[in-house]
Amino acid sequence: MALTREQIAMRVAKEFKDGDYVNLGIGIPTLAANYVPDDIEVMLQSENGLLGMGPYPTEEQIDADMINAGKETVTAATGASIFNSAESFAMIRGGHVDFTVLGAFEVDVTGSIASWMIPGKLVKGMGGAMDLVAGAKNIIVTMTHADKYGNSKLLEACTLPLTGVNCITRIITDLAVLEVKDNAFHLKERAPDVTIDEIKQKTAGKLVVEGDIAEMQF
Amino acid sequence: MAGFNKVVNSYAEAMAGLTDDMTIIAGGFGLCGIPEGLIAQIKQMGVKGLTVVSNNCGVDGFGLGLLLEDKQIKKMVSSYVGENALFEQQLLNGELEVELTPQGTLAEKMRAGGAGIPAFYTATGYGTPVGEGKEVREFNGRPYILEESITGDFAIVKAWKADKYGNCVYRHTAQNFNPMAATAGKITVVEVEEIVEPGELAPSEIHTPGIYVNRVIKGTFEKRIERKVTRS
Repeated sequence: MALTREQIAMRVAKEFKDGDYVNLGIGIPTLAANYVPDDIEVMLQSENGLLGMGPYPTEEQIDADMINAGKETVTAATGASIFNSAESFAMIRGGHVDFTVLGAFEVDVTGSIASWMIPGKLVKGMGGAMDLVAGAKNIIVTMTHADKYGNSKLLEACTLPLTGVNCITRIITDLAVLEVKDNAFHLKERAPDVTIDEIKQKTAGKLVVEGDIAEMQF
Repeated sequence: MAGFNKVVNSYAEAMAGLTDDMTIIAGGFGLCGIPEGLIAQIKQMGVKGLTVVSNNCGVDGFGLGLLLEDKQIKKMVSSYVGENALFEQQLLNGELEVELTPQGTLAEKMRAGGAGIPAFYTATGYGTPVGEGKEVREFNGRPYILEESITGDFAIVKAWKADKYGNCVYRHTAQNFNPMAATAGKITVVEVEEIVEPGELAPSEIHTPGIYVNRVIKGTFEKRIERKVTRS
């Protein structure tokens, strides 16, 4: 069975290490904050200028001056700091954020990512995505393995305008966990009850399958 | 003698000198930390042909979106403009130009502009449409693109408190682009919730030193929330 959005988020959260500073993109990445293991601490960075993002506010705590990068009302966790946008992107671009998790339309075997622009459709902008993929030490892409028509999103070369080049090292899809290196996708784990054949069939770029491929654990 | 007193008492005074075809740098992220009264004054003045440098362009009927209603903006320099139907319409009609700029590059363009640095190299955007036509240079084996900084004829800024000398503090994440914008205007106008006497703000807590600020005005703010989300 392909994973649900929540299950992808649960698998993402298992990547975090104690003491990591993490930036989570909008959508599935944001859900991963709900599944951080109890025995570790991570601090969430929101690129509008907040390090130590807390949970959503209660009705009484709502404050128009306290929002996250998705423009949602939010709270600051204990030990948080708030700063301006240049400072925020200095810590991103300077490689101080340990992990970035974001969605994508396409990723290719060189680790290039397309996530912000589909020609012919209205372009709303890249926001902070280009800075994030240029700056973080580890970038995980979460997405469905194929689009709704069954077309693979893991390609030999991206077809859409890029967000960044040679920057993605790990992909977690609804079917598999993959590493990107040596111009190939390397299959590391498969979703429960998903066959390697199905993953092969839905991976358009070069796929390397070596040894036993374990089922994902949550 | 006014000395260092930057306080003005009317919006007309606050935006005096703004004319057609000028460049305005605006603080704010979404609808958070935007100089609401200064935007309203620009709308009332009816100046046209403006280039506006701001992370976003407000929403329909609020924030910088108000300046679209009478087609006052010629060009937006922004990282994300997806919240606005009128924007979309004017863009598709060719009445509005947009220069999409990565968010961190935009912040740095303002910071560098205010700091007298004409351009800087960044890895952000290399190999993407943002890097097209820009100079590429390798440092330590990694390619970077040259991005030029930005300054404006005016900067419009929203702070929480300022003293009469223009020293500013911002509140929570309403800080965002405001400190960078404040440095990058030939004339920087700050709209605040509260004006205090010099000495009331602790010197070490000032976010924006008054040297960057030309005019301070006390405003009233609706502080509209774009996405109200609460704990379930």
